[in-house]
Amino acid sequence: MRLEIRENTSIVRLVAALFIAVGFAMAVCSVLIIWGGASPVDGWILMIKGALGSKFAVSETLARATPLIFTGLAAAVAFRAKLWNIGGEGQFYIGACMAILLGTRGEMLPSFVMIPYLFTAGAIAGGLFLLVPTFLKTHLNVDEVVTTLLLNFVVLLFVNWLVFGPWKDPMSMGWPQSEPVLDSAILPILMAKTRFHLGFVIAVLSAVFVWWFMAYTTWGFEIRAVGSSIKASTFAGMPVNRTIIRTALISGGLAAMAGVSELCGMKGYLTTDLSPGFGYTGIVVAMLAALNPLGVVASALFVAIIYIGADSMSRAINISNYIADVTTAVSLLSVLVAVLLTKYRIKRG
Amino acid sequence: MSPFYMNEPILKLSKITKHFGSVVANEKISISLEKGEIVALLGENGAGKTTLMSILFGHYVADKGTVEVFGKKLIPGSPRAALEAGVGMVHQHFTLADNMTVLDNIMLGTESLTSLKSNRKKARHKLNDLMERFGLTVDPKVLVKNLSVGEQQRVEILKVLYRDAKILILDEPTAVLTPQESDTLFETIAQLVEEGLSVIFITHKMREVMTASHRCIVLRLGRVVFESLTAETNPKALAKAMVGSDIPLTIRERQLPGKEVLSLRHITIIDDKGKNPIKDLSLNLKSKEIIGIAGVSGNGQSQLADLISGLIRTYEGQILLDSNIIKNISPRRMIKEGVGRIPDDRNGTGLISDMTIMENIASEAYGNFPFSKRGFLRFNAIAVHAKRLVKKFDVRCPGIDTQVQKLSGGNLQKLILARELSGSPRIIIANQPTWGLDVGATSYVHSRLLNAARQGAGVIIISEDLDELFQVADRIQVMYHGRLSDSEDVDSVDRAKLGLIMSGQFISHVEEETRHET
Repeated sequence: MRLEIRENTSIVRLVAALFIAVGFAMAVCSVLIIWGGASPVDGWILMIKGALGSKFAVSETLARATPLIFTGLAAAVAFRAKLWNIGGEGQFYIGACMAILLGTRGEMLPSFVMIPYLFTAGAIAGGLFLLVPTFLKTHLNVDEVVTTLLLNFVVLLFVNWLVFGPWKDPMSMGWPQSEPVLDSAILPILMAKTRFHLGFVIAVLSAVFVWWFMAYTTWGFEIRAVGSSIKASTFAGMPVNRTIIRTALISGGLAAMAGVSELCGMKGYLTTDLSPGFGYTGIVVAMLAALNPLGVVASALFVAIIYIGADSMSRAINISNYIADVTTAVSLLSVLVAVLLTKYRIKRG
Repeated sequence: MSPFYMNEPILKLSKITKHFGSVVANEKISISLEKGEIVALLGENGAGKTTLMSILFGHYVADKGTVEVFGKKLIPGSPRAALEAGVGMVHQHFTLADNMTVLDNIMLGTESLTSLKSNRKKARHKLNDLMERFGLTVDPKVLVKNLSVGEQQRVEILKVLYRDAKILILDEPTAVLTPQESDTLFETIAQLVEEGLSVIFITHKMREVMTASHRCIVLRLGRVVFESLTAETNPKALAKAMVGSDIPLTIRERQLPGKEVLSLRHITIIDDKGKNPIKDLSLNLKSKEIIGIAGVSGNGQSQLADLISGLIRTYEGQILLDSNIIKNISPRRMIKEGVGRIPDDRNGTGLISDMTIMENIASEAYGNFPFSKRGFLRFNAIAVHAKRLVKKFDVRCPGIDTQVQKLSGGNLQKLILARELSGSPRIIIANQPTWGLDVGATSYVHSRLLNAARQGAGVIIISEDLDELFQVADRIQVMYHGRLSDSEDVDSVDRAKLGLIMSGQFISHVEEETRHET
């Protein structure tokens, strides 16, 4: 058996392949639901209802998708340049820390200044933070997969220390959490009595901006070229290291914006469970979107639907909500295979 | 006197058909081979030669058709069956283990690992017999990595003979050899045939066909288009059969060279392993002239190309452009200085293979107006430019937004030429510019380079193919162990002398001087 390249890949075939892949993933997960003692049809219906069945359900799904769009974009931009930033989780918390550091003071700043200020500061901090492993990569050839991944734990322990120590809110009755940010830093809610906040709009605008940046600017062109072939980009005279560093600034910045958005939009204060792994899920989101910035919005929504839907399903029919993790994982694998098969065909002999 | 279908053939391929998707690799190919015969299989790249031989050797299974060896049908898809039937193949790229001895390499795969030691004596005897019988001498105890390319090929042949092959298939056997080594190889082949073996060799070099084969078969687009006794045909007819039409011969017109455009003075490169791929190398290139750099690959040619392309930043010595010393060289600097660079690795280095034709056309000049303005790309300007170049350089493609990796080798090279020559470079460095290209594309590349020289560029062509250099260059310098030989005028130098230099049997003027001093 071997793979043979297809001469042409049509959009129709690609879309069909994606649907087949998701269908396959659902079929696999149906088996698990049956195994868990419930009807898969009921399960899927409950899942869709739980994620999209009411105004409240939709608002929850959109709120969940918000940080995933940011971290998904962070991964998509970095991976496009073959900069393997696995440190989205750490950069997320760096952004959240900046939001606390700056958002708890400056009472005179009005909201429309405070919010852009926090996002900008968070993005700069996150970008600079990713520069450390990036410099190690460009100058000393240190594998960034290892360094970015391990830095996640460093950051998380640092946050742990902050919320147990210097930043601990004296009013928290002993809970390890920071003081809340000022009211002016809280992101406005877009739908009354829900948690759907302005962060979603900023995330979608970021996706549009990133898409435009990658397609229409010389820097975006360089990122794509370097990601396709460092050798050929070097030969063509492109500034390869500078491009990788720029990519790191953008990617780290986007992941940190997820932290700012989540902190200022959802909780208002810093805890060590602010992110249930948004940085890592962002990688899945980016891969599902084939690294396309606009596709990231769609795949973040898809993943959010599964997570929110699975929560509600598990409450209703007593299937563990780990089914959400399994569904996204199987979907990712089947989508990757499906995309591969739109480019190649399997040939025997 | 060689027979042409007089006796019962020992190898018979009947109506072999093989399609890859919509690509016809082989279509009803029938050929046969007799005892003691040397057949040359000719064809351009993509004509189906390698596919056909892979089917014969069991690497592929044919869609239709049969292979018969000594009157018996061969099991399709089994290299082992082919070997046992007496078919042996010597690949273009050697399949030897560098860190093992010649004897071990030859024994490898013939016996089970546990019995290797006990049979070594027997194996050595057999090998010695073979070497004596066929006049192929190699020291069995030497490690393969210490052998020259010609010797390694001898080991490959011995490996096949050791497995009692009666039919030998050689895939482009002279691609990596010096002219002298090639001559030796063809002597060996003659000897093999004398001893009753039969040989098929794949080639695209006319001279080899004419001097070494009894019969020749030409494939084109997967079909046999021409078959003749070699004595009854001529190179021109063969070339026409290969291409399907008369090829316009590129004719070199010697120009009066202009002023010096590039000068390398005593360049030494130290690589990261501490070795010197280039040692004390000097070179002068004038406008309107074409220098051919000959030599067996791996003698520093690629480093020379990389240096002029701006990829090697640390070196000793001086680089002068238009008689000015330049420092801080980089690819971008060299592009700006008007160096057109044609790399040997088209898909990996020359082009960004998963980007489009349009993007690749712009990949060097995207930062300049009109292709971008203040950091924003101007796709309309890029598209206009790309469309014009694709047309001018005859790049065959569905459109300018086609991914480069979907183009054929010839079109890839045309695309690179389009990008590099569109800026009217003063200096052109072309490394293996026609490697792997078919006759038509080769002649196109040559005419473009000659044209560039006519318009005033100084051109350096690096090639392992002496014929090519004789066809297009004004003077030839041979690279050996990181040094360049003295310049030889194409019209007065003879092939044999160049061959000797290529194999290291010469003393460069530098070494001669130092010897006089001591």
